[in-house]
Amino acid sequence: MSISKGFSRRAALLAGAFTVSAGLSPAFAQGEIKLGAVLSVTGPASFLGDPEKRTLEMVVEDVNAKGGILGRKVRLIIYDDAGDPNQARTFATRLLEEDKVTAMIGGSTTGTTMAMIPAFEDAQVPFISLAGAVQIIQPVKKWVFKTPHTDTMACEKIFEDMKKRGTTKIGMISGTDGFGKSMRDECVKVAGKYGIEILHEENYGPRDTDMTPQLTNIKNKAGVQAVINPGFGQGPAIVTRNYKQLGINVPLYQSHGVASKQFIGLAGDAAEGVRLPAAALLVADKLPDSDPQKKVVVEYTKNYTTRTGQPVSTFGGHAYDGFMIWKEAVERAKTDNAAKVRDEIEKTKGYVGTGGVVNMSATDHMGLDLSAFKMLEIRNGDWTIVQ
Amino acid sequence: MARLLSSRWAIVLGLGLVLAALPFLFPSNYYFRVAAIVNIFALAAVGLNLLMGYAGQVSLGHAGFMGLGAYSVAIGATHFGLHGLAAAGIGAVLSGLVAFLVGRPILRLKGHYLAVATLGFGLLIAMALTNEASWTGGPDGMGVPRLEVFGTRLRGPDTWYYISAGVLLLGVMLALNLIESPTGRAMRAIHDSEIASRVAGIDVASYKLKIFVVSAVYASVAGSLMAFLNGHITPDGTAGFLRSVELVTMVVLGGLGSIIGAIAGAAVLVILPQALTIFHDYEHLMLGLMIMASMILLPRGIVPSLLARLRGGKS
Repeated sequence: MSISKGFSRRAALLAGAFTVSAGLSPAFAQGEIKLGAVLSVTGPASFLGDPEKRTLEMVVEDVNAKGGILGRKVRLIIYDDAGDPNQARTFATRLLEEDKVTAMIGGSTTGTTMAMIPAFEDAQVPFISLAGAVQIIQPVKKWVFKTPHTDTMACEKIFEDMKKRGTTKIGMISGTDGFGKSMRDECVKVAGKYGIEILHEENYGPRDTDMTPQLTNIKNKAGVQAVINPGFGQGPAIVTRNYKQLGINVPLYQSHGVASKQFIGLAGDAAEGVRLPAAALLVADKLPDSDPQKKVVVEYTKNYTTRTGQPVSTFGGHAYDGFMIWKEAVERAKTDNAAKVRDEIEKTKGYVGTGGVVNMSATDHMGLDLSAFKMLEIRNGDWTIVQ
Repeated sequence: MARLLSSRWAIVLGLGLVLAALPFLFPSNYYFRVAAIVNIFALAAVGLNLLMGYAGQVSLGHAGFMGLGAYSVAIGATHFGLHGLAAAGIGAVLSGLVAFLVGRPILRLKGHYLAVATLGFGLLIAMALTNEASWTGGPDGMGVPRLEVFGTRLRGPDTWYYISAGVLLLGVMLALNLIESPTGRAMRAIHDSEIASRVAGIDVASYKLKIFVVSAVYASVAGSLMAFLNGHITPDGTAGFLRSVELVTMVVLGGLGSIIGAIAGAAVLVILPQALTIFHDYEHLMLGLMIMASMILLPRGIVPSLLARLRGGKS
């Protein structure tokens, strides 16, 4: 970058120090709408960032092919943070300061999201996160929203199912990774509300290869009526296999973290009878026609699988929902002014997405309820919706 | 006097001028942030270079000390209500102490064994930070309250650029002094031949330990700065194994045994990923190729090799 250009840009920045909050100048407003995305496309969280990137690119292409939003093309700027919160924060600053985006969809992990939040709060630009943890939206932050369900909801869905079946005393075995840890804490927090008592608790490291000792402890604990396993990756599959080997015959509940065909593959026959909460997207073809989400999940699944040649994942769905919520907000606001779009995102009502029906408010920046989760049981190596 | 000017004070003066001049070229806060991160990693790399480049000892767990520094600030302020600067100071002392305690046994090891021992140490710190969730917030990390000095809240990448530049300059000055001191000469002697130094009457074990402690304090201060700048830290982001590898790469890429080399290495590794985003899906490929090319063409590291070429010698 030349010095003179640098100076002029700096002067512009100083002169319009609050243009970021007050919106872009009218002369600029008729160009492209700039949407930013910082995603973990590579690195340990690439299983999240990769489908999110593909989804965003796909939907932006579709929207632009149909003439864009408000007659303006959408320019999507994606940066890959490789799962590093420090890098994510730098790219967030870059989106805000250099690219001058008017909204951001991204933050594949809770760590990267939390690192980027201060930048967007300071710059007053809406930020729709694609990460799970409840701490992103509680306490409510004015400019931050999120589309995925929280782990609290997964716990509640499981406890609701247990209550229906008369289960009150349970054992818990959780992973010590971010996902397992966070969900475990949430489960402990809401267990009382459903009259569930956690009799015994065990945990395992994310790379452990045998959970027999922990499960033996749970098995030997008298009165355990069911076991719940908040965890992610291969851990829950090993728990499931060990569970079967030990011949534990009370129901096993897994989390939405393992809601993928891969889990059934890893756990094999042992997965039979395992119950878990999952988003409707996973069972698109099994939903009854009366289900309001049927149309959107079937369409997204078809579009994504044919365009990318990859199986659909809930993470890509979160990005789809984030984009659609933002797009509708821009259309309602009739501008991409950051403050106005933020207000409209907060007013999102009755949006039917892949993650559920979204009703946001000033106190709820996610807007999903328990109906967003379906209770599934694995039967004959496939998902079955149980009521 | 003339010799002094030509060596260390010239380096400090030159670096100071560059650091002071750079802001005039920065069009936005984004540049300040990237530069601040360069400063912070450069500080850690300068410290690690003392250990690797001068004393000839490898550490694959140095990010562990960065993690200690970062989490001292976060935990000190959140759980004990300490002032950020006091917490950073405690972190530096703590890192030094930890380095002293673990350094005694592990610096007896050499070569691969030492590398593995430091690797294990770094992993232990990262694991402790991940698992002690009630203190550290677990793998998702924890927030760091903004630093307040004399009633002013220090925020914004530009402020932290100047602070980190000042600390880096101080760090470089101290490092150069150390190298020129009797300790520095002893260190270089150890690097060349431990047996010969021992014969010459140098207490090899004690010097190695000293320099390990010093480099740990550098990393810890860098970690604290990082925590203040970002306002949110995670175990992997500060103390992770890949972070340690990154630090070693900065030192080796920039040039072992060159203070300016460590800074250059940090600058290259921080700035390249930002510059390479234009290659979209191929950015990692390009990054790998460029690092490979520089190691092949500039085998002694960027700064020493280029200096040798400038002087007309073969690198």
